Amino acid sequence: MSHAGTKKIRWVNETPLSPIERTYIPLVLQGLTTTVRHLVSKKITLQFPEERYEPADPIIYRGVHRLNRDAQGRVKCVACFLCATACPARCIDIVAGESPWPDREKYPVHFTIDMLRCIFCGMCEEACPVNAIELTSLYDLCGKSREEMVFDKNKLLLIYDWTKDDEPPLMQIFEQEAIREEPPEETQSWAAPEHPPFDHVAEKAAEMYRRDSAG
Amino acid sequence: MTWIILIEVLVKIALLLGGLMFAAAYLVLVERWIAAWVQDRIGPNRVGIPLTKIRLFGLGQPIADGVKFICKEEFTPGHVDRTLYTLAPIIMLVTALGAFAVIPFGSVLPPFPLPDGSTYQIRLILLPAFDAGILLFLAFGGLGVFAVALAGWASNNKYSFFGGVRSAAQLISYEVPLSLAILGVVVASGSLHLDHIILTQAQSGWWNIFVYPLGFLVFLVAVCAEAGRLPFDLAEAEQELVGGYHTEYSGMRLMLFLVSEFLHMVAASFLITILFLGGWHLWGITGSNELVGWGVALVRVIVLVAKVFLVILLFMLVRWSWPRFRFDQLMDLAWKVLLLWGIIHFVLAAGWAYAGVNQPMWLVAATNWTTLVIVWLITALVSPPESDNRPRREPAPVWSGEAVESPTS
Ligand code: SF4
Ligand code: SF4
Repeated sequence: MSHAGTKKIRWVNETPLSPIERTYIPLVLQGLTTTVRHLVSKKITLQFPEERYEPADPIIYRGVHRLNRDAQGRVKCVACFLCATACPARCIDIVAGESPWPDREKYPVHFTIDMLRCIFCGMCEEACPVNAIELTSLYDLCGKSREEMVFDKNKLLLIYDWTKDDEPPLMQIFEQEAIREEPPEETQSWAAPEHPPFDHVAEKAAEMYRRDSAG
Repeated sequence: MTWIILIEVLVKIALLLGGLMFAAAYLVLVERWIAAWVQDRIGPNRVGIPLTKIRLFGLGQPIADGVKFICKEEFTPGHVDRTLYTLAPIIMLVTALGAFAVIPFGSVLPPFPLPDGSTYQIRLILLPAFDAGILLFLAFGGLGVFAVALAGWASNNKYSFFGGVRSAAQLISYEVPLSLAILGVVVASGSLHLDHIILTQAQSGWWNIFVYPLGFLVFLVAVCAEAGRLPFDLAEAEQELVGGYHTEYSGMRLMLFLVSEFLHMVAASFLITILFLGGWHLWGITGSNELVGWGVALVRVIVLVAKVFLVILLFMLVRWSWPRFRFDQLMDLAWKVLLLWGIIHFVLAAGWAYAGVNQPMWLVAATNWTTLVIVWLITALVSPPESDNRPRREPAPVWSGEAVESPTS
């Protein structure tokens, strides 16, 4: 009876050294030349406070968040909680309230992101249906306390005000690109049918509703 | 006369201690620079003169390091053997420093007159009249391993203990080829006195590295292992043992260990320079007599220190060039290669010493170089083509409780 575990071990053989390699001279020289080559090569260190890293594309860089404003300067967020749901680090905390404006139902009364828990994955930005939350290219964020690193709504809106000129909101860029493009010529006209195919369904529903409320 | 001897010794000790600590501090900086450059980084370049904005290429870094170590909490874990735990770093530093007592820094200074009319001559060595310098050096090297093993034991931590045990096994193994390499040189120059060994090389103009390459190689590798430098730093292999034997140490005690390791390397470099690279000798510049003027004496010190520095640079480059040995490979190298090479080196040196001192040096050198090539090739041919340490046979079966047939004779 042999040991049960030993059967499962499979050894992968290493390539045998040739007699020349076994003198170790080629290997020793190889090691030393690599070291010396790097010793004199160009250094890649960035001297941080004096030299700063410039993100290659600030639009897609994943730095500190901001909450975008709409054209009237109100917070764009509609408190749908999609970002908080998508967040793998569970660091977004939203308190929703009834919107004071007529064009939406809800708005965030409080909107906090715990930057210490955030892993800057960008899922919130992807999840947002109205492009209200975006990650900017600010990367050197620091604070003196844990409390300071929990960003509230005002701070996030402030970051938008700081960065909106250098990094316009993604939607704005899309819109501008759409305007810049020539409007497509109408090569093929598609006329809407006079009676939309499902109209009778709506009519029927309206009729039933009227009958119910009357009866 | 006794008072002047006392003053001389005190001044020498002060200079030596100050110089060594200064050198160790700045060698740490050099090591960090080289480590950074090899990894395409810049390395410490910010700390200059304290409290100013002057940077001086980071030359103030050792001060910052020292202040950091002093300010750190000196934590003694509750589970350690307090006496031995405190004693170990002290022993380590004392043995590392003690080895420098027999190392000659240059030759002698010219005699200068004393107020009472006599003249007095200073030798640039702490123990000038000590004839068995190398023996003292080896003895202190052997005591160093005691401190490492003690630290590992007293820490009461399995990683520290592994570090201590590994270090003990390694140093005991490498002591043998090291001694053989030294023995060959001692036999060749006929003296245990380091001054005399330099003088023999200076007078013939043939450094021992040219005459005894085999011994040089054995000594270089063995002394690297003795100092615990990187291809041989199994005692503190971070990837395996956290920090090795000094895992449980912090603050000043940790610094004592780190400084001692650097001092070991400096001592090893001095010994390589003195035994094989001709000490203070440089052809045509330093002369070869015992008695010299002030200028030449100074030049000799500079030449010696420059050579030592080059050897240290070599050590630092080697650190980043080759990966660490596995422990069985380490033992293979010591007992199957270096020991044999050391014996061959010693037999050759003894043979030439027996044949007499009047042999032409080129003949001795040619023979030894040929031997080196032959020995190297034979070693390469008989060494195994792969480095694996898998069990050569099936592991013994675990006894399952059945009766086993006993082997009948
Ligand atoms: S970037 Fe990722 S972790 Fe940070 S808030 Fe957005 S979803 Fe959460
Ligand atoms: S996904 Fe966008 S709109 Fe919805 S709560 Fe988050 S930021 Fe507001």
